[in-house]
Amino acid sequence: MLIVDIEKRLGDFSLGVRFEGESGVTALAGPSGSGKTSIVNMVAGLIKPDHGQLLIDEEVVYDGAKNIDLPVHRRRVGYVFQDGRLFPHLSVARNLEYGRWMGGLKHDAAQFKRVTELLDIAMLLDRRPGALSGGERQRVALGRALLMKPRLLLLDEPLASLDATRKREILPYFIRLRDETKLPMIYVSHDAAEVKALANRVVMLDAGRVVKTGGVDLL
Amino acid sequence: MPELSPEEWTAVALSLRVAVVATAVSLPFGIAIAWILARKSFPGKALLNAVIYLPLVLPPVVTGYLLLIAFGRRGLFGAWLAEHLGVVFAFRWTGAALACGVMAFPLMVGAIRLSIEAVDLKFEDAAATLGANKGWVFLTITLPLALPGIIAGAVLAFARALGEFGATITFVSNIPGETQTISAAIYTLTQVPGGDAQALRLVVIAVIISLVALIVSEWFGRRAGRRMHGI
Repeated sequence: MLIVDIEKRLGDFSLGVRFEGESGVTALAGPSGSGKTSIVNMVAGLIKPDHGQLLIDEEVVYDGAKNIDLPVHRRRVGYVFQDGRLFPHLSVARNLEYGRWMGGLKHDAAQFKRVTELLDIAMLLDRRPGALSGGERQRVALGRALLMKPRLLLLDEPLASLDATRKREILPYFIRLRDETKLPMIYVSHDAAEVKALANRVVMLDAGRVVKTGGVDLL
Repeated sequence: MPELSPEEWTAVALSLRVAVVATAVSLPFGIAIAWILARKSFPGKALLNAVIYLPLVLPPVVTGYLLLIAFGRRGLFGAWLAEHLGVVFAFRWTGAALACGVMAFPLMVGAIRLSIEAVDLKFEDAAATLGANKGWVFLTITLPLALPGIIAGAVLAFARALGEFGATITFVSNIPGETQTISAAIYTLTQVPGGDAQALRLVVIAVIISLVALIVSEWFGRRAGRRMHGI
Protein backbone atom coordinates (compact mmCIF):
# COMPACT_ATOMS: atom_id res chain seq x y z
CA MET A 1 0.00 0.00 0.00
CA LEU A 2 1.35 3.35 -1.03
CA ILE A 3 -0.11 6.78 -0.44
CA VAL A 4 1.37 9.74 -2.27
CA ASP A 5 0.05 13.18 -1.45
CA ILE A 6 2.72 15.74 -2.15
CA GLU A 7 3.43 19.22 -3.40
CA LYS A 8 6.70 20.47 -4.74
CA ARG A 9 7.84 23.59 -6.53
CA LEU A 10 10.78 23.06 -8.88
CA GLY A 11 11.64 26.40 -10.46
CA ASP A 12 8.65 27.39 -12.62
CA PHE A 13 7.19 23.92 -12.42
CA SER A 14 4.72 23.11 -9.70
CA LEU A 15 3.86 19.57 -8.82
CA GLY A 16 0.83 18.61 -6.76
CA VAL A 17 -0.34 15.02 -6.87
CA ARG A 18 -2.38 12.62 -4.84
CA PHE A 19 -2.80 8.96 -5.63
CA GLU A 20 -2.72 5.58 -3.98
CA GLY A 21 -1.02 2.43 -5.15
CA GLU A 22 -1.97 -1.09 -4.24
CA SER A 23 -0.14 -4.31 -4.85
CA GLY A 24 0.66 -4.98 -8.47
CA VAL A 25 1.92 -2.43 -10.95
CA THR A 26 0.83 1.19 -10.85
CA ALA A 27 1.91 2.99 -13.99
CA LEU A 28 2.68 6.69 -13.99
CA ALA A 29 1.96 7.79 -17.53
CA GLY A 30 2.01 11.14 -19.23
CA PRO A 31 4.10 13.30 -21.54
CA SER A 32 7.70 14.05 -20.66
CA GLY A 33 7.92 16.97 -18.27
CA SER A 34 4.69 15.97 -16.53
CA GLY A 35 6.57 15.22 -13.29
CA LYS A 36 6.74 11.42 -13.36
CA THR A 37 10.41 11.09 -12.44
CA SER A 38 10.16 13.82 -9.78
CA ILE A 39 7.36 11.91 -8.07
CA VAL A 40 9.39 8.70 -8.09
CA ASN A 41 12.43 10.55 -6.71
CA MET A 42 10.32 11.93 -3.88
CA VAL A 43 9.00 8.48 -3.04
CA ALA A 44 12.59 7.21 -2.96
CA GLY A 45 13.65 10.16 -0.81
CA LEU A 46 16.11 11.62 -3.32
CA ILE A 47 14.09 14.85 -3.52
CA LYS A 48 12.29 16.35 -0.54
CA PRO A 49 8.71 17.53 -1.14
CA ASP A 50 7.62 20.96 0.10
CA HIS A 51 4.44 19.71 1.75
CA GLY A 52 2.36 16.62 2.11
CA GLN A 53 2.60 13.01 3.11
CA LEU A 54 4.13 9.80 1.86
CA LEU A 55 3.20 6.40 3.23
CA ILE A 56 4.89 3.20 2.18
CA ASP A 57 3.54 -0.05 3.52
CA GLU A 58 1.62 1.82 6.29
CA GLU A 59 4.79 3.61 7.41
CA VAL A 60 4.94 7.40 7.17
CA VAL A 61 8.24 8.09 5.39
CA TYR A 62 7.50 11.77 4.85
CA ASP A 63 5.16 14.15 6.60
CA GLY A 64 5.76 17.85 6.01
CA ALA A 65 3.53 18.95 8.90
CA LYS A 66 5.11 16.58 11.41
CA ASN A 67 8.62 17.14 10.11
CA ILE A 68 9.15 13.47 9.31
CA ASP A 69 11.57 12.71 6.50
CA LEU A 70 13.05 9.22 6.53
CA PRO A 71 16.45 9.27 4.79
CA VAL A 72 16.81 7.46 1.47
CA HIS A 73 18.91 4.61 2.81
CA ARG A 74 16.28 3.66 5.39
CA ARG A 75 13.23 3.67 3.09
CA ARG A 76 13.82 0.18 1.67
CA VAL A 77 12.55 1.21 -1.71
CA GLY A 78 14.13 -0.50 -4.70
CA TYR A 79 14.87 1.82 -7.62
CA VAL A 80 15.67 0.82 -11.17
CA PHE A 81 16.94 3.86 -13.02
CA GLN A 82 16.58 4.51 -16.72
CA ASP A 83 20.36 4.33 -17.13
CA GLY A 84 20.84 1.32 -14.84
CA ARG A 85 23.51 2.97 -12.75
CA LEU A 86 25.43 -0.21 -12.08
CA PHE A 87 28.53 0.60 -10.09
CA PRO A 88 31.31 0.51 -12.71
CA HIS A 89 34.04 -0.57 -10.31
CA LEU A 90 32.19 -3.62 -9.02
CA SER A 91 31.49 -6.93 -10.73
CA VAL A 92 27.92 -7.91 -11.54
CA ALA A 93 27.89 -10.24 -8.52
CA ARG A 94 29.00 -7.48 -6.18
CA ASN A 95 26.50 -5.07 -7.69
CA LEU A 96 23.78 -7.61 -6.98
CA GLU A 97 24.99 -8.14 -3.42
CA TYR A 98 25.40 -4.44 -2.65
CA GLY A 99 21.96 -3.90 -1.14
CA ARG A 100 22.19 -7.01 1.01
CA TRP A 101 25.63 -5.94 2.18
CA MET A 102 24.53 -2.40 3.06
CA GLY A 103 21.30 -3.55 4.64
CA GLY A 104 23.16 -6.03 6.83
CA LEU A 105 20.91 -8.83 5.53
CA LYS A 106 21.97 -12.45 5.75
CA HIS A 107 23.05 -14.18 2.58
CA ASP A 108 19.96 -15.76 1.11
CA ALA A 109 21.23 -18.29 -1.41
CA ALA A 110 17.73 -19.37 -2.37
CA GLN A 111 16.62 -15.85 -3.17
CA PHE A 112 19.83 -15.11 -5.02
CA LYS A 113 19.30 -18.18 -7.16
CA ARG A 114 15.65 -17.36 -7.75
CA VAL A 115 16.35 -13.79 -8.82
CA THR A 116 19.33 -14.60 -11.04
CA GLU A 117 17.31 -17.36 -12.71
CA LEU A 118 14.20 -15.24 -13.09
CA LEU A 119 16.28 -12.60 -14.88
CA ASP A 120 18.70 -14.98 -16.67
CA ILE A 121 21.76 -13.21 -15.29
CA ALA A 122 23.48 -16.12 -13.56
CA MET A 123 26.07 -16.36 -16.35
CA LEU A 124 26.99 -12.67 -16.02
CA LEU A 125 28.12 -12.70 -12.39
CA ASP A 126 31.86 -12.35 -13.02
CA ARG A 127 31.53 -9.67 -15.66
CA ARG A 128 31.98 -5.98 -15.17
CA PRO A 129 29.16 -3.56 -16.01
CA GLY A 130 31.15 -2.10 -18.93
CA ALA A 131 31.04 -5.49 -20.65
CA LEU A 132 27.23 -5.83 -20.56
CA SER A 133 24.72 -5.05 -23.29
CA GLY A 134 21.96 -2.53 -22.53
CA GLY A 135 19.42 -5.27 -21.91
CA GLU A 136 21.74 -7.24 -19.64
CA ARG A 137 22.56 -4.09 -17.72
CA GLN A 138 18.90 -3.35 -17.01
CA ARG A 139 18.24 -6.92 -15.94
CA VAL A 140 21.14 -6.74 -13.49
CA ALA A 141 19.86 -3.37 -12.22
CA LEU A 142 16.47 -4.96 -11.65
CA GLY A 143 18.06 -7.91 -9.87
CA ARG A 144 20.09 -5.57 -7.70
CA ALA A 145 16.95 -3.72 -6.63
CA LEU A 146 15.09 -6.98 -5.90
CA LEU A 147 17.89 -8.49 -3.83
CA MET A 148 17.78 -5.65 -1.30
CA LYS A 149 14.33 -7.05 -0.38
CA PRO A 150 12.46 -3.80 -0.94
CA ARG A 151 8.90 -3.19 0.13
CA LEU A 152 8.21 -1.17 -3.01
CA LEU A 153 9.91 -1.15 -6.40
CA LEU A 154 10.30 2.02 -8.45
CA LEU A 155 10.95 1.58 -12.16
CA ASP A 156 11.77 4.82 -13.94
CA GLU A 157 11.51 4.16 -17.67
CA PRO A 158 13.71 1.09 -17.31
CA LEU A 159 13.32 0.22 -21.01
CA ALA A 160 13.61 3.72 -22.48
CA SER A 161 17.31 3.42 -23.27
CA LEU A 162 16.79 0.17 -25.21
CA ASP A 163 15.83 -0.40 -28.83
CA ALA A 164 12.54 -2.08 -29.76
CA THR A 165 14.02 -5.58 -30.02
CA ARG A 166 15.61 -5.36 -26.59
CA LYS A 167 12.40 -3.98 -25.13
CA ARG A 168 10.44 -6.97 -26.39
CA GLU A 169 13.15 -9.15 -24.92
CA ILE A 170 12.96 -7.65 -21.43
CA LEU A 171 9.29 -6.88 -20.97
CA PRO A 172 8.47 -10.56 -20.24
CA TYR A 173 10.83 -10.42 -17.23
CA PHE A 174 8.81 -7.57 -15.75
CA ILE A 175 5.59 -9.46 -16.38
CA ARG A 176 7.02 -12.53 -14.68
CA LEU A 177 8.11 -10.40 -11.79
CA ARG A 178 4.63 -8.92 -11.45
CA ASP A 179 3.03 -12.37 -11.51
CA GLU A 180 5.52 -14.19 -9.31
CA THR A 181 6.01 -11.68 -6.50
CA LYS A 182 3.66 -9.66 -4.36
CA LEU A 183 5.94 -6.67 -4.58
CA PRO A 184 4.10 -3.41 -5.33
CA MET A 185 5.67 -1.52 -8.21
CA ILE A 186 5.51 1.96 -9.65
CA TYR A 187 6.30 1.92 -13.32
CA VAL A 188 7.08 5.17 -15.09
CA SER A 189 6.69 5.14 -18.85
CA HIS A 190 5.33 7.17 -21.71
CA ASP A 191 5.10 4.10 -23.90
CA ALA A 192 1.43 3.04 -24.06
CA ALA A 193 2.18 -0.49 -25.28
CA GLU A 194 4.54 -1.13 -22.36
CA VAL A 195 2.04 0.17 -19.83
CA LYS A 196 -0.81 -1.87 -21.34
CA ALA A 197 1.25 -5.03 -21.16
CA LEU A 198 2.33 -4.54 -17.59
CA ALA A 199 0.20 -2.25 -15.45
CA ASN A 200 -2.75 -3.08 -13.22
CA ARG A 201 -3.76 0.55 -12.97
CA VAL A 202 -2.72 3.83 -14.49
CA VAL A 203 -2.21 7.30 -13.04
CA MET A 204 -2.28 9.81 -15.91
CA LEU A 205 -0.26 12.94 -15.30
CA ASP A 206 -0.02 16.23 -17.10
CA ALA A 207 1.90 19.34 -16.10
CA GLY A 208 2.40 18.16 -12.54
CA ARG A 209 -1.23 17.19 -11.90
CA VAL A 210 -3.10 13.90 -11.88
CA VAL A 211 -5.63 14.09 -14.71
CA LYS A 212 -7.09 10.58 -14.57
CA THR A 213 -6.71 7.34 -12.67
CA GLY A 214 -8.07 3.99 -13.70
CA GLY A 215 -7.32 0.79 -15.56
CA VAL A 216 -5.15 0.34 -18.63
CA ASP A 217 -8.17 1.11 -20.80
CA LEU A 218 -7.46 4.78 -20.01
CA LEU A 219 -4.76 4.67 -22.66
CA MET B 1 78.40 7.12 -12.07
CA PRO B 2 80.72 6.98 -9.04
CA GLU B 3 79.49 5.59 -5.73
CA LEU B 4 77.51 7.88 -3.47
CA SER B 5 79.20 8.91 -0.27
CA PRO B 6 77.54 7.95 3.05
CA GLU B 7 76.48 11.57 3.55
CA GLU B 8 74.78 11.58 0.17
CA TRP B 9 73.02 8.32 0.90
CA THR B 10 71.84 9.80 4.19
CA ALA B 11 70.36 12.78 2.38
CA VAL B 12 68.63 10.57 -0.20
CA ALA B 13 67.20 8.22 2.44
CA LEU B 14 66.08 11.13 4.59
CA SER B 15 64.39 12.81 1.63
CA LEU B 16 62.48 9.64 0.81
CA ARG B 17 61.44 9.17 4.42
CA VAL B 18 60.33 12.79 4.76
CA ALA B 19 58.37 12.70 1.51
CA VAL B 20 56.71 9.34 2.24
CA VAL B 21 55.68 10.36 5.75
CA ALA B 22 54.50 13.79 4.61
CA THR B 23 52.36 12.22 1.88
CA ALA B 24 50.98 9.36 3.97
CA VAL B 25 50.04 11.52 6.95
CA SER B 26 48.47 14.29 4.90
CA LEU B 27 46.52 11.97 2.59
CA PRO B 28 43.51 11.34 4.91
CA PHE B 29 43.26 15.06 5.61
CA GLY B 30 43.64 15.81 1.91
CA ILE B 31 40.81 13.43 1.01
CA ALA B 32 38.56 14.86 3.75
CA ILE B 33 39.17 18.49 2.75
CA ALA B 34 38.82 17.69 -0.96
CA TRP B 35 35.49 15.97 -0.31
CA ILE B 36 34.23 18.93 1.72
CA LEU B 37 35.27 21.38 -1.00
CA ALA B 38 33.79 19.21 -3.76
CA ARG B 39 30.49 18.28 -2.15
CA LYS B 40 29.53 20.81 0.51
CA SER B 41 28.57 24.43 0.46
CA PHE B 42 28.80 26.44 3.65
CA PRO B 43 29.68 29.95 4.74
CA GLY B 44 33.45 30.37 4.79
CA LYS B 45 34.09 27.84 2.03
CA ALA B 46 35.92 30.45 -0.05
CA LEU B 47 38.11 31.25 2.94
CA LEU B 48 38.90 27.58 3.61
CA ASN B 49 39.77 27.15 -0.05
CA ALA B 50 42.06 30.18 0.05
CA VAL B 51 43.83 29.00 3.22
CA ILE B 52 44.46 25.55 1.69
CA TYR B 53 45.96 27.11 -1.44
CA LEU B 54 47.99 29.71 0.46
CA PRO B 55 51.25 27.68 0.58
CA LEU B 56 51.17 27.51 -3.22
CA VAL B 57 51.37 31.28 -3.59
CA LEU B 58 53.19 32.40 -0.45
CA PRO B 59 56.97 32.57 -0.62
CA PRO B 60 58.09 29.21 0.88
CA VAL B 61 60.25 31.11 3.35
CA VAL B 62 57.12 32.78 4.71
CA THR B 63 55.37 29.43 5.11
CA GLY B 64 58.46 28.09 6.88
CA TYR B 65 58.55 31.09 9.17
CA LEU B 66 54.86 30.72 10.01
CA LEU B 67 55.51 27.06 10.84
CA LEU B 68 58.35 28.15 13.10
CA ILE B 69 56.02 30.51 14.94
CA ALA B 70 53.31 27.87 15.25
CA PHE B 71 55.28 24.65 15.73
CA GLY B 72 58.66 25.79 17.01
CA ARG B 73 59.69 24.70 20.49
CA ARG B 74 58.11 27.78 22.00
CA GLY B 75 55.51 28.08 19.26
CA LEU B 76 51.76 28.33 19.76
CA PHE B 77 51.15 24.64 19.19
CA GLY B 78 54.75 23.42 19.35
CA ALA B 79 55.11 24.02 23.09
CA TRP B 80 51.82 22.27 23.85
CA LEU B 81 52.58 19.31 21.59
CA ALA B 82 56.03 18.86 23.10
CA GLU B 83 54.70 19.00 26.63
CA HIS B 84 51.58 16.87 26.28
CA LEU B 85 52.29 14.48 23.46
CA GLY B 86 56.07 14.57 23.36
CA VAL B 87 55.96 15.49 19.68
CA VAL B 88 58.74 17.86 18.68
CA PHE B 89 59.02 19.34 15.20
CA ALA B 90 61.75 21.93 15.68
CA PHE B 91 65.03 20.90 13.99
CA ARG B 92 63.82 17.32 13.54
CA TRP B 93 63.07 15.33 10.42
CA THR B 94 59.44 15.29 11.57
CA GLY B 95 59.47 19.07 11.17
CA ALA B 96 60.80 18.65 7.64
CA ALA B 97 57.92 16.25 6.95
CA LEU B 98 55.44 18.78 8.35
CA ALA B 99 56.85 21.56 6.16
CA CYS B 100 56.82 19.33 3.08
CA GLY B 101 53.29 18.13 3.85
CA VAL B 102 52.00 21.69 4.16
CA MET B 103 53.71 22.78 0.95
CA ALA B 104 52.41 19.78 -0.98
CA PHE B 105 48.88 19.94 0.44
CA PRO B 106 47.34 22.29 -2.16
CA LEU B 107 48.46 20.07 -5.05
CA MET B 108 47.12 16.98 -3.33
CA VAL B 109 43.77 18.57 -2.48
CA GLY B 110 43.42 20.04 -5.97
CA ALA B 111 43.85 16.71 -7.75
CA ILE B 112 41.61 14.79 -5.36
CA ARG B 113 38.93 17.45 -5.43
CA LEU B 114 38.72 17.31 -9.22
CA SER B 115 38.37 13.54 -9.16
CA ILE B 116 35.64 13.64 -6.49
CA GLU B 117 33.76 16.28 -8.47
CA ALA B 118 33.96 13.95 -11.47
CA VAL B 119 32.21 11.12 -9.60
CA ASP B 120 28.67 11.17 -10.89
CA LEU B 121 26.17 11.86 -8.11
CA LYS B 122 23.80 9.39 -9.74
CA PHE B 123 25.93 6.49 -8.48
CA GLU B 124 25.81 7.93 -4.97
CA ASP B 125 22.02 8.24 -5.21
CA ALA B 126 21.74 4.66 -6.43
CA ALA B 127 23.87 3.45 -3.50
CA ALA B 128 21.66 5.36 -1.05
CA THR B 129 18.50 3.73 -2.42
CA LEU B 130 20.23 0.37 -1.84
CA GLY B 131 20.56 1.15 1.85
CA ALA B 132 23.99 2.78 2.11
CA ASN B 133 24.21 5.65 4.57
CA LYS B 134 26.42 8.64 3.77
CA GLY B 135 29.55 7.09 5.25
CA TRP B 136 29.18 3.86 3.29
CA VAL B 137 28.35 5.73 0.10
CA PHE B 138 31.63 7.57 0.50
CA LEU B 139 33.67 4.46 1.31
CA THR B 140 32.21 2.09 -1.27
CA ILE B 141 31.33 4.41 -4.16
CA THR B 142 32.91 7.87 -4.04
CA LEU B 143 36.33 6.82 -2.80
CA PRO B 144 36.94 3.93 -5.23
CA LEU B 145 35.59 5.93 -8.17
CA ALA B 146 37.87 8.84 -7.28
CA LEU B 147 40.86 6.53 -6.89
CA PRO B 148 42.77 7.61 -10.01
CA GLY B 149 42.72 11.22 -8.83
CA ILE B 150 43.67 10.21 -5.30
CA ILE B 151 46.72 8.33 -6.59
CA ALA B 152 47.64 11.23 -8.85
CA GLY B 153 47.25 13.65 -5.95
CA ALA B 154 49.39 11.51 -3.66
CA VAL B 155 52.19 11.15 -6.23
CA LEU B 156 52.11 14.85 -7.01
CA ALA B 157 52.37 15.61 -3.31
CA PHE B 158 55.20 13.09 -2.94
CA ALA B 159 57.15 14.69 -5.79
CA ARG B 160 56.52 18.16 -4.39
CA ALA B 161 57.56 17.06 -0.89
CA LEU B 162 60.73 15.53 -2.28
CA GLY B 163 61.75 18.83 -3.83
CA GLU B 164 60.66 21.15 -1.04
CA PHE B 165 63.41 23.49 0.05
CA GLY B 166 62.46 26.98 1.23
CA ALA B 167 59.93 26.18 3.94
CA THR B 168 61.94 23.23 5.22
CA ILE B 169 65.25 25.07 5.56
CA THR B 170 63.51 28.03 7.23
CA PHE B 171 61.59 25.85 9.69
CA VAL B 172 64.05 23.10 10.61
CA SER B 173 67.33 24.35 9.17
CA ASN B 174 69.85 22.19 7.29
CA ILE B 175 71.26 19.59 9.67
CA PRO B 176 73.01 16.63 8.01
CA GLY B 177 71.35 13.36 9.01
CA GLU B 178 68.36 15.07 10.59
CA THR B 179 66.87 17.70 8.29
CA GLN B 180 69.24 17.81 5.32
CA THR B 181 67.19 16.56 2.41
CA ILE B 182 68.48 16.18 -1.16
CA SER B 183 67.56 19.76 -1.99
CA ALA B 184 69.29 21.14 1.10
CA ALA B 185 72.34 18.95 0.44
CA ILE B 186 72.58 20.20 -3.15
CA TYR B 187 72.32 23.75 -1.92
CA THR B 188 75.09 23.16 0.64
CA LEU B 189 77.32 21.51 -1.94
CA THR B 190 76.97 24.40 -4.37
CA GLN B 191 78.18 26.72 -1.61
CA VAL B 192 81.49 24.94 -1.08
CA PRO B 193 84.39 24.87 -3.55
CA GLY B 194 84.65 21.56 -5.43
CA GLY B 195 81.17 20.42 -4.49
CA ASP B 196 79.86 20.57 -8.06
CA ALA B 197 80.41 16.91 -8.92
CA GLN B 198 78.65 15.73 -5.78
CA ALA B 199 75.81 18.19 -6.33
CA LEU B 200 75.38 16.86 -9.86
CA ARG B 201 75.09 13.28 -8.61
CA LEU B 202 72.31 14.30 -6.24
CA VAL B 203 70.62 16.24 -9.02
CA VAL B 204 70.59 13.11 -11.19
CA ILE B 205 69.11 11.09 -8.33
CA ALA B 206 66.41 13.69 -7.73
CA VAL B 207 65.46 13.61 -11.41
CA ILE B 208 65.34 9.79 -11.43
CA ILE B 209 63.16 9.55 -8.30
CA SER B 210 60.74 12.16 -9.66
CA LEU B 211 60.52 10.48 -13.07
CA VAL B 212 59.88 7.06 -11.54
CA ALA B 213 57.18 8.55 -9.29
CA LEU B 214 55.40 10.13 -12.26
CA ILE B 215 55.59 6.97 -14.39
CA VAL B 216 54.28 4.83 -11.55
CA SER B 217 51.45 7.28 -10.98
CA GLU B 218 50.54 7.31 -14.66
CA TRP B 219 50.46 3.51 -14.69
CA PHE B 220 48.25 3.31 -11.63
CA GLY B 221 46.02 6.04 -12.99
CA ARG B 222 45.46 4.23 -16.28
CA ARG B 223 44.76 0.93 -14.52
CA ALA B 224 42.33 2.56 -12.13
CA GLY B 225 40.73 4.50 -14.98
CA ARG B 226 40.03 1.30 -16.91
CA ARG B 227 38.49 -0.22 -13.80
CA MET B 228 36.29 2.80 -13.25
CA HIS B 229 34.88 2.53 -16.73
CA GLY B 230 33.61 -0.88 -15.80
CA ILE B 231 35.92 -2.89 -18.04
